[in-house]
Amino acid sequence: MDKESDIVIAGGGPAGLAAGLYAARALRRTVLLEKGVIGGQISLTERVENHPGVEAIGGFDLAQTMLRQAESYGLETNSAEVLGLERLDDLWVVKTNHGDYRAKAVIVTSGADYNRLDVPGEERLTGRGVSYCATCDAPFFAGQEVVVVGGGDSALDEGMFAARHVAKVYLIHRRDELRAGRILQERAFADPKFEFVWNTVVTEVLGEEQVVGVRLRDVASGEERVLPVAGVFVFIGHHPNTAYLRSLVRMDEGGHIVVNEWMETDQPGLFAAGDARSNSARQVVTAAGDGATAAIAAERYISSSFPVE
Amino acid sequence: MTKPKEVTDAQFEGEVLKSKTPVLVDFWAPWCGPCRMVAPLVEELADEYGSKVKFVKVNTDESFNTAASYGIRSIPTLIMFKGGQPVGQVIGFRPKNDIKREIDKALAS
Repeated sequence: MDKESDIVIAGGGPAGLAAGLYAARALRRTVLLEKGVIGGQISLTERVENHPGVEAIGGFDLAQTMLRQAESYGLETNSAEVLGLERLDDLWVVKTNHGDYRAKAVIVTSGADYNRLDVPGEERLTGRGVSYCATCDAPFFAGQEVVVVGGGDSALDEGMFAARHVAKVYLIHRRDELRAGRILQERAFADPKFEFVWNTVVTEVLGEEQVVGVRLRDVASGEERVLPVAGVFVFIGHHPNTAYLRSLVRMDEGGHIVVNEWMETDQPGLFAAGDARSNSARQVVTAAGDGATAAIAAERYISSSFPVE
Repeated sequence: MTKPKEVTDAQFEGEVLKSKTPVLVDFWAPWCGPCRMVAPLVEELADEYGSKVKFVKVNTDESFNTAASYGIRSIPTLIMFKGGQPVGQVIGFRPKNDIKREIDKALAS
């Protein structure tokens, strides 16, 4: 039997939690679905210092506070992975790995996930030397050498965090210049533990039980070599978690859902907020603002499309 | 709720390796957000399995040697021990049923 509610929120990051707070306070029966960790990307962030009104707080604590606050008004949270969405008359059916949910409106807040290298050995050695979070895992590489892959802000930021723990950071970048901001670049260039490896990509992660090295290829000469390291930290951007909505809703080239200023998509009763939508500023506070907007819009949609008889 | 016992480097051999019952070890640290999500699931599992499985925690900041000797590279990591040997592991935050499956697999082996 399908679970029925007014609003289903797909994703438990700041956008989803804010939407849940507003929807529950509007006394709409609201279910939030999250497949992993409540808080999403911020639960892996050591400190959030740019949320107005909160001087500094651990990302995990901020997410838990948002959750408690929303649940105190009646938000229901379920652990489930959303697999697809179907229209059934004037309702949406949200398909998950734990059964189907029916709702009058759906708010997609599925956020973004980090990109993987997609090379042999990466998946098998994830958690065994391959990491996507230096602030989480770098302490386990004390005194050892690691590679950081990427050239943006997060590669340098996380790389410098890793450098506080490890003996040496090889920064592997496929181009000969960085995309990161100037201040971060200057700091990284001045960090004695950094060695930059330009015009180079990782083609394989080596190791049986644990990472023992990476195979590198010089993109100009095509030359390959093996670099022995204990850790591989990957920071090569993010992609929105919207694959399950492809061909159902209008998206931009990057797979972000196109919305108007009320977070409405081109489908009735379907809203998107946070990192999953197009043109997002990708901040905790903007995601939360999106979520609140989407919940208000969803409430209006339900009031006008489902008049009480 | 059964709170798993905190085990240090010095106690690890006696509490885990020499345990007659299988042991699930939760490697964690206070600064790790997902570890704090796993903790209540482990407590629920401790209630459900009762005396069939022993549940303990190792703080990787304080008991670094134990974490290093089992090659912990990311937390949370849960390792199932049977007869002093690691027989299964779960890396990263995963739903309760995934953890249960790993425990049941170890119990059946």
